[in-house]
Amino acid sequence: MVNHRKSFFDGMRDGIPIALGYFAVSFTLGIACRNIGLSALHATVMSFTNLTSAGEFAALGIMAAGASYWEMALSQLVINLRYMLMSCSLSQKMAPDTPMYHRLLVGYGVTDEIFGISVNVPGRLDPFYAYGAVCIASPAWALGTFLGVVLVNVLPARIVVALSVALYGMFIAIIVPPARKDRLLAGLILVSMALSWVFARVPLFDGISGGMKIIILTVLISGVAAFLFPVDRGLTSGAEEQKKEEGEEHA
Amino acid sequence: MRDVYAYIAVMAVVTYLIRVLPLTLIRREIHNVRIRSFLYYIPYVTLSVMTFPAILDSTGSQLSGLAGLVGAVLLAWFGASLFSVAVAACVLVFVLELFIC
Repeated sequence: MVNHRKSFFDGMRDGIPIALGYFAVSFTLGIACRNIGLSALHATVMSFTNLTSAGEFAALGIMAAGASYWEMALSQLVINLRYMLMSCSLSQKMAPDTPMYHRLLVGYGVTDEIFGISVNVPGRLDPFYAYGAVCIASPAWALGTFLGVVLVNVLPARIVVALSVALYGMFIAIIVPPARKDRLLAGLILVSMALSWVFARVPLFDGISGGMKIIILTVLISGVAAFLFPVDRGLTSGAEEQKKEEGEEHA
Repeated sequence: MRDVYAYIAVMAVVTYLIRVLPLTLIRREIHNVRIRSFLYYIPYVTLSVMTFPAILDSTGSQLSGLAGLVGAVLLAWFGASLFSVAVAACVLVFVLELFIC
């Protein structure tokens, strides 16, 4: 018998550090929203309905450029494609008889961080664990975005400038630890940054929008890397790899 | 700019479908190694591309942006949490810009 109440509170407990991180980062996102002219309501609705840092961040550039809805859809597809793989993995982690409405609800909260703690749960994932984490993390994400828009003019400019690196700090904190253990990933990150620098600084590429550059570089570099260095590891988190290995031992 | 809520709706629908379709439809594992590898590499490439060189242009000077980048990489390398890396990068940039801006 699964104790849903305990799962829910476990999820809330594990969601607290995630919520703190989200709050700091989404505050910066709110500042960026304000900078391209979004209202506090726009920004809050966007954060609450999307719940994705990289996707929303890229979306701001696309909105600011006045790009087409197709370009927006394509950018979100490419940037958030990793969630598809996480969801594939979570579908294996959940009990096969999990009802459809649970699957529809859990899908809302598949983020890098919530995925990370969800696959760390021993045994099957109780959807209520994910709900506990989401109900702490998601409001923090939306509230941070809201306050970023509202408070940007109240905070001294120096602090706002400094806060704008929080998002990049978070990205770095996601990509660097796995690269420490995997030289291939470290090389891939360096190549990605180098090519990104070329695309950003060489005037030849000025005609391509920022969002499109992210799409082109991501598909190109990941595609070449997958062709040259196929790895039998479709998963982004160390915990998940560990789980896979355990699973294979049992199989 | 076009209608902001339309943009948000497009984003939300695409992102939700990405998250929910595998959970509801695909019950079997992906076995194609190339596709698995491609999906595995995507977050690292995307986040790298979005971080650099944008971080250099996000601050008051390229130097403080670079310091934030280097500081964050070092902290993350030595195992600091997501939250502390993000905050430390901000503090580093703030303190440095007191002197150079």
